[in-house]
Amino acid sequence: MSMMSFEKKYRVRGGTLLGGDLFDFWVGPFYVGFFGITTLFFAVTGTALIFYGAALGDTWNIWRINIAPPDLSYGLGLAPLKEGGLWQIITICATGAFVSWILRQVEISRKLGMGLHVPFAFSFAVLAYVTLVIIRPMLLGAWGHGFPYGIMSHLDWVSNVGYQFLHFHYNPAHMLAVTFFFTTALALSMHGSLILMATNPREGETVKTGEHENTYFRDDIGYSIGALGIHRLGMFVAVSAAFWSAVCIVISGPFWTRGWPEWWNWWLTLPIWY
Amino acid sequence: MKTLTTKLFATAGLGITLLLGGCEMPPPESTQWGYRGTGMEGVYYPSTLDELAANNIMPEALPAVPAGGPKSKDVYQNVQVLGDLSVGEFTRLMAAITEWVSPEEGCNYCHVAGEGFAADTLYTKKVARVMIQMTQNANQNWNQHVGGAGVTCYTCHRGKNVPEYVWNINPGHTVAGGMKNQMQNVASVAAGLSSLPIDPFTPYLLDARNGRHAGTTALRDEGGVSLKESEWGYSLMMHFSSALGVNCTYCHNSRAFSRWEESSPQRVTAWHGIRMVREMNNEYVDPTTDWLPPHRLGKLGDAQKVNCETCHQGAYKPLLGANMIKDYPNLARLAQAEPEAPAEDASEDMPETMEMGGMTTGGYQ
Repeated sequence: MSMMSFEKKYRVRGGTLLGGDLFDFWVGPFYVGFFGITTLFFAVTGTALIFYGAALGDTWNIWRINIAPPDLSYGLGLAPLKEGGLWQIITICATGAFVSWILRQVEISRKLGMGLHVPFAFSFAVLAYVTLVIIRPMLLGAWGHGFPYGIMSHLDWVSNVGYQFLHFHYNPAHMLAVTFFFTTALALSMHGSLILMATNPREGETVKTGEHENTYFRDDIGYSIGALGIHRLGMFVAVSAAFWSAVCIVISGPFWTRGWPEWWNWWLTLPIWY
Repeated sequence: MKTLTTKLFATAGLGITLLLGGCEMPPPESTQWGYRGTGMEGVYYPSTLDELAANNIMPEALPAVPAGGPKSKDVYQNVQVLGDLSVGEFTRLMAAITEWVSPEEGCNYCHVAGEGFAADTLYTKKVARVMIQMTQNANQNWNQHVGGAGVTCYTCHRGKNVPEYVWNINPGHTVAGGMKNQMQNVASVAAGLSSLPIDPFTPYLLDARNGRHAGTTALRDEGGVSLKESEWGYSLMMHFSSALGVNCTYCHNSRAFSRWEESSPQRVTAWHGIRMVREMNNEYVDPTTDWLPPHRLGKLGDAQKVNCETCHQGAYKPLLGANMIKDYPNLARLAQAEPEAPAEDASEDMPETMEMGGMTTGGYQ
């Protein structure tokens, strides 16, 4: 694969977190590194185990393949391979692969001499996953509280866990998470359309500049956050969405066992009503 | 910078304290109701379970008496429903009922001192007679719901004159002129403090409405129920949950609420329970309305009725499944003197339609 003209200057040695210069090289356009190796190991092992689990199941229908966590009776212990043990190993592989990927992003950021914004943001997505399958099950005392690996089955799990708390829309952290997800989508669509507008001028016109973009939003909503600001805002709302998602599920069960509507009783009993 | 950091930490600390202040602390206890990974499970705090156990202690049974001897109807006057009991059994049951229902007032809660036991002077005595029949009917004809444990007066009364959890038709709060009472969108006690409809009992536990809200086709076909009516059902289910101390997944796999194939056996028990309570309210409670004193009636002049919480009181089975009827077999079946009532055909479907006028709840019209 050919290298782009400017790419050479970024291919610098060093900046690794682990392994020194052992894996400090590129394969084609891809940086390898120690954590590239571990990512590959965990990803391949985990995927192979998912195929094994699917083979043990009763369907190859991609929507219905299901690799379920152990029964609650196993607690935080190991379960037999075909009764949830597979799920436990796959969880280790997935977590290993995701965390390796974060650390590989850190190494690349260090090579490029840039901040750690990318691994920081990505780590919130990983945090949400780890909260679901490791932190919350540990707080509840059984791996069986994790979600099953399957396209439909994990959605069914989400539904039932929501109904364990009668009406999940009353979960205050869920409210925040949903609001941040929608805001992320709104901000991205507004920003994306602005960029498309500026870079695709009418025939005969030139590409528009930042001044044009600012003017558009000042006309539209009275304020323009600016070219740098929109990316800071975007990072904030996106990271917040993932963060509050993790919070909304970790409090459901470990810190609150009843229906979420009932949690709001503190509001109904505030002295301001009397 | 340092001050800012300190302030930030202080604010965060305060925030977390406030957040957790409204919460409980791990680890809770959990129980699995479905296949692993389906998320059909219940999560409970040990303290909640301790409280539940403490609130559901069965009173000690009175010493048994021999069944032989003269019958109460031959010795006492005006014994209408317990006449076939021996005098000993009859007296024992009266003593038990006093302990269950009016431990403070004693016999005089139903009988006027000096007037003799036969007179029906007090409404409480007449209510007691109806309630005994209701209890016997539940034990005899609703085995699908109360089987294995049975019900006695204590199941609901727990030492109180009127069971703690009863309901009246709720006409809703008054609203400003020109506004319509929506009968929802306020904190609904019946619906677990959600904003769901405030009176889910009248349509399902008094009127014979079915809770069939799920569509059977991908797109809503004709003749379906409205979203508003579906919310009545959701509201009733909130009541079920709080009355039994369980969540939706105790009976349902929420991926398909309506499918019996994917539901748990408890749902069948609950289905019979709805019909049992409906019969109690219509056949036993409602007829007392005419002669009850005004202070026992609701805003619309209706008698205080039964719902799930009346018996369950927060437990998945009343008194956590303890069998009380074995000690009081005289409450297990209707009086022998009466012709044997045909067994209730509980599987018979209730009519699909109901008279909305019967609900007398202005906001629904």
